[in-house]
Amino acid sequence: MPLDPMQLEPAFWPFLIATVVKMLVVFTLYMVVVAYSTLAERKVSAWIQDRHGPNRVGPWGLFQVLADGVKNFVKEESMPGDVNRPTFLLAPAIAFTMALTAWAVIPFGAPLPTPWGKIDLIVADAPIGVLYPLAITSLGVYGIVLAGWSSNNKYSLLGGLRASAQMVSYEVAMGLSVVAVLLLMGNVSLPQVVALQAAGGWNVVLLSVAAFVFMVSAFAETNRVPFDMAEAESELIAGYHSEYSAMKFSMFFIAEYANMLTASAMFATLFLGGWDIPFTDWDTTGPATVAKALATFAIFAAKIGAFMLFFIWIRWTLPRFRYDQLMSLGWKFMLPVALAYIVIVSTGMLLLDIAGVTRGSGAYLLAFLGLNVVLMGLLFVILDRGRLISPASSRLDRARVDRLRAVAAGRSSIAAGEVR
Amino acid sequence: MERTYLPILLLLGFAAVNAVAILGASHLITRHRPTPVKQQPYESGMPVLNDARERFSVKFYMVAMLFIVFDIETVFMIPWSAYYTQLSCAVPLVAGACPAGQASFFGLGEMLVFMGILLAGYLYIWKKGALQWE
Repeated sequence: MPLDPMQLEPAFWPFLIATVVKMLVVFTLYMVVVAYSTLAERKVSAWIQDRHGPNRVGPWGLFQVLADGVKNFVKEESMPGDVNRPTFLLAPAIAFTMALTAWAVIPFGAPLPTPWGKIDLIVADAPIGVLYPLAITSLGVYGIVLAGWSSNNKYSLLGGLRASAQMVSYEVAMGLSVVAVLLLMGNVSLPQVVALQAAGGWNVVLLSVAAFVFMVSAFAETNRVPFDMAEAESELIAGYHSEYSAMKFSMFFIAEYANMLTASAMFATLFLGGWDIPFTDWDTTGPATVAKALATFAIFAAKIGAFMLFFIWIRWTLPRFRYDQLMSLGWKFMLPVALAYIVIVSTGMLLLDIAGVTRGSGAYLLAFLGLNVVLMGLLFVILDRGRLISPASSRLDRARVDRLRAVAAGRSSIAAGEVR
Repeated sequence: MERTYLPILLLLGFAAVNAVAILGASHLITRHRPTPVKQQPYESGMPVLNDARERFSVKFYMVAMLFIVFDIETVFMIPWSAYYTQLSCAVPLVAGACPAGQASFFGLGEMLVFMGILLAGYLYIWKKGALQWE
């Protein structure tokens, strides 16, 4: 059978050119999606609160992002007097660079056949795989802590410190939840993780507890509500970027949304099967075609979009945590849960091996599914019951609440008496 | 090697150039009219008392130290987890799977020892109150 050049690995120079093209395309796409997710955030927030949201610039406010971009670009940059100039300027650049570099190892579609060879839709298929986004997003902490420190503003300093402490705390839980995925997948390369999920089942059902821990950590890592301690606006003005204006503020804004996008992409890749189209083998078997590449890219985008929507939805559903609750959730709950889960998953794998169940067979997957249903039940029903995740309501003393209610009822009767 | 890490370097360079270019272009375009009032730090309109770079709570240093400890544990677990299939098999893998009846407790046992030590340290810092925020 003659070899089709469109299904082969490309030579070095076509590979390099393809890499640059992919890089430019995805980078541009990232910037556009980031810009529009700010609009989406405002629109969805408006719908949730029964408002209209931005609707003046262009149809449905679609050009609002352009207007915002131009505004931020030409506004006066204020530079407070006592800032540490080098770090003050470096901080937004670090945050921006790291946020827009972290997606390099995430595969975003099935391979694309071209006359010069089969191009994998991933910018860098690095063997370190999943470690790379974790490492790069941690470097983003430097941008935040430098911004907070160099601003010479007490609120900025507090915001930067809070953000860095929170991000490093949840980094541990996130790393441990990823370990559980790697255990089952036996690989750190993200294309391999996607291929194994396409062949078996999605990790969100096989490793639900890890998915839950990862999801919570993703909210904390990106400083989103309910963990937006970094810029709790009722406490710290705007947190670490209080002193930033114009484009330097925009850089932090872009970095924040790019981090959300990367976290969504990581969740989709690790737990939702990446670019795999569910309930069909069409996309993962047989020779690569352009249609497959486009369809898988579309489904990957849909998964990311769904998770982004979830980010925004949660913002208007949950109240902000108190800082000590946030830290105790991270260190006293997420960390032991993730560690225990690693032990449970590895023990389960060993027991199934001893029992002679083949890896990836129906029985193997069913066993893991059953295990996770039980564990999720345990996690939510027995362990939690509103004690750890939402301590505020449960710590209220019943008797005190009743007394307060009685007082309130008494007041209303007094008020009624005065009227009479 | 150049196929895996060269793209990452390219992307890192491209993002950094973009960051500098955007900041630089914005700096050139905008007008700068600083006034003493404008240059004050914004602390909700209160008169600024003194330098913000004061001493802050030791808790933050504690978190940083604990983070290093636990993150290194995580990094240690990642190669173990990726290699777990082989570690829990007494003989070399056949086509990526362990031959029947050759499962071994080795990989899990080693990690249980490690986790036991980790757990002892974790309980110690918990009881010491290092995880307590007041």
